[in-house]
Amino acid sequence: MTTSLLDLVQLILVLALAPLLTGIVRKVKARLLGRRGPTLIQPYRDLLRLLRKEVVLAPSASWLFRVIPYTTFAAIWLAAAIVPTFTTGLMTSRIADLIALVALLGSARFGLALAGMDVGTSFGGIGSSREMMIASLAEPAMLMVTFTVALLVRSTSLPHISEFMLTHAVGIRISLLLGLISLAMVAIAENARIPVDNPATHLELTMVHEAMVLEYSGRHLALIEAASMVKLLLYLSLIVAMFLPWGMGIELPLGWAALGIGLGAYAAKLMVGAVLLGVFETAIAKMRVFRVAEFLGGAFLLGILAAIFLYVSEGL
Amino acid sequence: MLSALSVGLGLYALAFGTGLAGRRLLAAVYLLSALAGATIAIAALRVLIAAGPAEVATLPLGLPWLGAHLRIDALSAFFLLVVNFAATLISVYGLEYGSHDAEPRRVLPFYPLFLIGMNLVLVADDAFAFLVSWETMSVASWLLVLATHRQDETRSAALLYLVMASLGTGALIFAFGILAGESGSYGFAAMRAAPITGGKAAVVFALALMGAGSKAGIVPLHVWLPPAHSAAPSHVSALMSGIMTKVALYGLVRILFDLTGPPPWWWGVVVLAVGAITALLGVLYAVMQHDLKRLLAYHTVENIGIVVIGLGFALAFRANRLDGLAALALVAALLHVFNHAMFKSLLFLGAGAVQVATSERDMERLGGLIRTMPRTAFTFLIGSVAISALPPFNGFVSEWLTFQAIIRGSELPQWLLKFEVPIVGAMLALAAALAAVCFVKVVGVVFLGRPRSPQAAEAREVGNTMVAPMAGFALVCTLVGVLPMILIDILRPVIALLLPGSGPALAGSSLLWLVPLGADRSSYSGLIVIAAVAILATVLVAAIHRFASNRLRRSPAWDCGFPDTRTETEYTAGSFAQPIRRVFGTTVFAARERVHMPAPGETHAASFEVTLKDPAWEGLYRPTATAVSFLADRLNVVQFQTIRRYLTLMFAALVALLLIVAVSQ
Repeated sequence: MTTSLLDLVQLILVLALAPLLTGIVRKVKARLLGRRGPTLIQPYRDLLRLLRKEVVLAPSASWLFRVIPYTTFAAIWLAAAIVPTFTTGLMTSRIADLIALVALLGSARFGLALAGMDVGTSFGGIGSSREMMIASLAEPAMLMVTFTVALLVRSTSLPHISEFMLTHAVGIRISLLLGLISLAMVAIAENARIPVDNPATHLELTMVHEAMVLEYSGRHLALIEAASMVKLLLYLSLIVAMFLPWGMGIELPLGWAALGIGLGAYAAKLMVGAVLLGVFETAIAKMRVFRVAEFLGGAFLLGILAAIFLYVSEGL
Repeated sequence: MLSALSVGLGLYALAFGTGLAGRRLLAAVYLLSALAGATIAIAALRVLIAAGPAEVATLPLGLPWLGAHLRIDALSAFFLLVVNFAATLISVYGLEYGSHDAEPRRVLPFYPLFLIGMNLVLVADDAFAFLVSWETMSVASWLLVLATHRQDETRSAALLYLVMASLGTGALIFAFGILAGESGSYGFAAMRAAPITGGKAAVVFALALMGAGSKAGIVPLHVWLPPAHSAAPSHVSALMSGIMTKVALYGLVRILFDLTGPPPWWWGVVVLAVGAITALLGVLYAVMQHDLKRLLAYHTVENIGIVVIGLGFALAFRANRLDGLAALALVAALLHVFNHAMFKSLLFLGAGAVQVATSERDMERLGGLIRTMPRTAFTFLIGSVAISALPPFNGFVSEWLTFQAIIRGSELPQWLLKFEVPIVGAMLALAAALAAVCFVKVVGVVFLGRPRSPQAAEAREVGNTMVAPMAGFALVCTLVGVLPMILIDILRPVIALLLPGSGPALAGSSLLWLVPLGADRSSYSGLIVIAAVAILATVLVAAIHRFASNRLRRSPAWDCGFPDTRTETEYTAGSFAQPIRRVFGTTVFAARERVHMPAPGETHAASFEVTLKDPAWEGLYRPTATAVSFLADRLNVVQFQTIRRYLTLMFAALVALLLIVAVSQ
């Protein structure tokens, strides 16, 4: 298959799989709680239902409030397409390296936080303020993990990192382990999962992300929900691409067999990730909002430690 | 170039003369300044594109045996471009904004004088001309700060500025004195020919960092900057924050990269530490601020820190003969100099527009301006995203390049640097993330939501001559963000001048792709990112409106079922900053929050109080001030003596001095 066609496959794949991933996580959590839970395709149905509904807009909402869902979704969708999933040979992956990817997600968050302030309600403000507090700690932690990996691989380009991990005997390194833990903590915080935030809550004072998007409805809400789903897929893909890239096709042009192996391995890894996330979320309690600073401060420090270990050991 | 410079300076001088006439010729002052700025900026751009040799001239001014030496090389030309391009747009803005000044006589003559001072600093080629121009710049800006002298806080800000400016110039005088050496030749050419080394170079380094750094606002010498920059009229604030700090950085670059010899590696250690602390503390101060202009001024401190980090890496790489990486770090630093001049000018002009429309600087009394001032809001939004280092705007490009330099910092051989580099990286990452928090706060509180005061509700959009310069700056921010190589190509002669033999910086890049260190290491394309997001968003809009639903209904906000229309229930700047205050403020600023609830039965309102302590002020300036006044008290006894005792004292002093001379020989 030609590369541009693969790029298109990637763009559609991340969009198509994202609601399914959320469906699996919800199903796992429901089964662990002894419920049967909704079917796996329920998230698709929810999105379609929201898309068909009319938008109810507060009188004080400005044009920004109506533009942000589209730009946020487009930015996160593009970011998800940049992360290598089943092959490292995509043109899309070269538009932005890992640092630029973090910044692109930062732009999306910036817009959404502004939208939370737009209507001028107190819930929107509290959500934006806390979301930005969480991001201000999660983003540097993420960059420290980036530094660690970049130091080892001598590149911040994602396909290159995956190829390096596949083709070199990296071995078990304490820095990579610390980096993986740090990245997982960041992923939990960035996706508003328990214990940092609760995606299912509608108890006012415990909401962070949900409070920020409280005033959204109809197609706008559908886009924001879909963006959250794509973002969860993105972070799982990122962990996979940086630390566990086995099965990715690296020989170009990609043959049918390699494509099959790549897609199969990716699907299996997502499945495992979803189950692990479900189990973790069921096993742990949500923490108070100002404990989040300690949680993410821990992730940040782990990231710094990982980088320093590697900076020092590289010099030996 | 020299002829264009003299035409430009002549026009500025004409504007100065016109300005003395006061309000009647207000338009002429700003038009002449804009014309002068455009003349010099275009000539400087042509010099950079042509990359020709330096032009020199000697004028029969100044010290009789020295004259005034002028020299325009690539470094001067680049800073001339930054200064005069921004000054042109700011002068156009002044046409309308200036007419709102209460006392135009206190602004008009000094505005062109300030620009003359800054231009002369950039072309001076001997220490005397440099220092005279530097002082012209300082005094003119001090007079401009005093334009609002009827407010008490302006007077104290101006006094502090004067003290700190004198301290900085004092440090520079000593630095040049040592650079001139025993031959006493104050020309820069002589200093370049015989660079000093060893202990003397170390003293020059410390003095230059102090002298230029205090003007640029590095922590802990930044205390004067936020009050002074925010007290001036907004177009002058833009000049001071956007441009004068760059002239100060020019002084630092000129001394550290041109006039002294090859740097020892520990200069990099010091500069990196200073830069990282400046960046992080600057943004933390900013998050705590509720005064719009003061907040922007604290962000200047942060961005100066980012530039200084880039310079620190350039010094460290150069000391270790890694010239290619030094070139990358220097490109990042100089690019950020340009970028910060653009978006900070834009943001101060936006703050000025808000002030004209509402007479308010306090964010807690603003809100909802996106509806009444849509064009100002849109340009301010672009500036905010740019300063938060987010794609697709220009601030991101220079920070991205700085991060690329940080990643290569592991190649530095010294252990101290090895430990320092990841920590500097972490602090820079934290500063960038906090800047985004701060600007969500600014845009969210000032422009979004509902108006918090009648003035904000009744705001009117400002005129086209004020919007057009802001739009110009916003356009440049976008252009450099999506096609950064346009600017980096212009920077090449500067790098060749300061780091000869480093080879072409970012060699693998093309117009579309930014590739700092080889295609397999990292790449970024701002244009493709913005185009892809735009295409995807357009497709989404079209598809959803065609196939799903495009109905829309206006209805009161949901707000969990209890929408309260009083604006007191809105989130304020203080409440938005509360999580950051809890997480960082308690340690850095000793932040304390107190709620006073009235006892049951009492009818007065509850109140909330936040106290913050400035660590630089409490830790450095207050003890110094206490020590100085203690010493002054002790020395007071010397003041009221008999003539006999005075003569004894003078005799003792003479003997002591002679003894020192005798011992030292």
